[in-house]
Amino acid sequence: MVEARLPAPPSEDLLDIEDKTRLELYRQVVRLRRFEERAYRLFMDGLVKGTSHLSLGMEAIAAGVGTAMRADDYTFCTYRGHAHTLARGVPMEGVMAELLGRETGVCGGKGGSMHLTSVEHGVMGSYAIIGAHLPIANGAAWSAKARGTDQVTAAFFGDGATNIGAFHEALNLAKVWELPIVFVCENNLWMEYTPISSVTAVEHPAADRASAYGMESIVIDGNDPDIVYDHAVRAFDKARSGGGPSLIEAMTYRHGGHSRADPGTYRPEEEVEAWLARDPLNYRDRLLAVGIDESEIATIEDETDAAVDHATEVAKAASPPPLEAAFTNVWADGGWSWRN
Amino acid sequence: MAELITYREAVARAIAQEMRRDDDVYFIGEDIAAAGGVFKATKGLLDEFGPDRVRDTPISEEAILGAAMGASMTGLRPIAEIMFSDFLATCWDIVSVEMAKTQYMTDGQVSLPLVIRTANGGGLRFGAQHSQAVENWAMMIPGLKVVAPSNPHDVIGLFAAAVRDDNPVMFFEQKSLYPTKGMVEDGEIVEELGTATIRRSGTDVTVVALASMVSRAEEAADELAEQGISAEVIDLRSLVPLDTRTVIESVVKTSRLVTVEENPRLCGWGAEVVSIVAEECIWHIDGPLTRITTPHVPLPSSDTLEDEVLPSVQRIVDGCIKAVS
Repeated sequence: MVEARLPAPPSEDLLDIEDKTRLELYRQVVRLRRFEERAYRLFMDGLVKGTSHLSLGMEAIAAGVGTAMRADDYTFCTYRGHAHTLARGVPMEGVMAELLGRETGVCGGKGGSMHLTSVEHGVMGSYAIIGAHLPIANGAAWSAKARGTDQVTAAFFGDGATNIGAFHEALNLAKVWELPIVFVCENNLWMEYTPISSVTAVEHPAADRASAYGMESIVIDGNDPDIVYDHAVRAFDKARSGGGPSLIEAMTYRHGGHSRADPGTYRPEEEVEAWLARDPLNYRDRLLAVGIDESEIATIEDETDAAVDHATEVAKAASPPPLEAAFTNVWADGGWSWRN
Repeated sequence: MAELITYREAVARAIAQEMRRDDDVYFIGEDIAAAGGVFKATKGLLDEFGPDRVRDTPISEEAILGAAMGASMTGLRPIAEIMFSDFLATCWDIVSVEMAKTQYMTDGQVSLPLVIRTANGGGLRFGAQHSQAVENWAMMIPGLKVVAPSNPHDVIGLFAAAVRDDNPVMFFEQKSLYPTKGMVEDGEIVEELGTATIRRSGTDVTVVALASMVSRAEEAADELAEQGISAEVIDLRSLVPLDTRTVIESVVKTSRLVTVEENPRLCGWGAEVVSIVAEECIWHIDGPLTRITTPHVPLPSSDTLEDEVLPSVQRIVDGCIKAVS
């Protein structure tokens, strides 16, 4: 177990966050958790084909950042992007149908689990090549600045992305051009099957590199929705007001393995247990502690369960894509003809 | 009115034409602004359009193309320069895996109106890592358009078409052509992608060429004429979309086909053209379908050796004689 990498326990001093926002944060965490638990079951049942990368145990990051974003902001996700897509308000039905390869999926069944996109919700894509989306996210931030809007871009990535060139190229350009972008590293300690600490020259793979690109080093408890939300609000305000990019390293942990049915048994038992005890769902206790009524919390949970059931039924009942869809949208005109 | 300008000057004129027309067109790359480009093909653009729209970048090819891609998805129409086409290998993920596929895998939720300009090909004695003709790398990726102009007029007209296209377009400028000249009419010039031009009419053999190989094919046609062989020279201009109609109509007329490619032999674009002709009009063919290419070797630096491997006028002449015999 890598002791040094466990974040400090949540402070006893509560952040000044409204009950309404806390309920929204909790709704997000529950929504992401219950959706992905169902997605995992559907994968094991053979209904989600190919592969699937879950954020179980890491929901507080997508929930906290998503809640801090404005409707017209941009999100760039990785292949582990179900949570970040849902956290922008994309309906479960379209996401579930995409995982099942159905016509009604957000990408018409042509993207799949690793490429969830919903432009109308600001989700500009999920990219499955490690680090590749970071320079692309810069482009959206550059565009917002050039067009004179105050939209901000969020780019999520894992600890494993911090040793690839695109990460470093992206951070440098973001700072040189003072782009309105927030880079969010989800450090879950494990790259895929290898501890990030065993292959990285510094302790904090993202934050310890920040100073090389003129950015503040920020490491936070990524399992505490309040803390994530608070830091996200600050970083978004800074970017929106012309203050340039931020890099946040959020410490977290996967409850499961890297992908598919991987049980993650290569990780030390005591490390897993220590992190299971820091489950983002513990946030429920915080809500009760600040005086939010149990019934309000239960309502969120019941509504979410019903929504997941509904999304599952609707997705299962949807048709597979029409065969001609294989030949559309290669080009912007919708066609695929490369010759005359 | 028309004037004689260089291929190099045509590049700057093409970019300026599109940037004046559309405020959403931005231009980024290494040394393109203050320095005017390493080939001086972008001189004057910074002065006219300012540092926000004509912007120097670090030597970070992935950052350059990533910025262009993300911007194209969110309202701009960027032009990005990759100084030498060899450097595309350092950012090929962004080109081939990100740009080329995003339209498709998002089921058309985004389009990517962007152009990647790059100096391509040999002839300047730069050696193996600054001389490759890599247009066929791009040709084999679904989702990209691929253009390679042979003369100043086409630089402007095809570039304008590329900027106005809603897809990622790879624009290969042949670097040995930068000092060459051609007549260019005044005013706005816009051509259409996927249209080949017949540079010279002939009846005995169809010679299909691209970029720097076009003028060599024309020279070969002059020599062949002295030997009583009438060659028709086609400038393909773009590989994707590919104007197979013009090629097939010509081959049906001449019954002979020779392709002239600067790229190395294996999987060059000529192989695709030859296979299309073989599949669709083999019964009109009266001689061997012949490919003239650079052999399957990296490009050497020495002028003697580089001239030995690049397709020469003499090799084109010999290939045509073989095809008609």
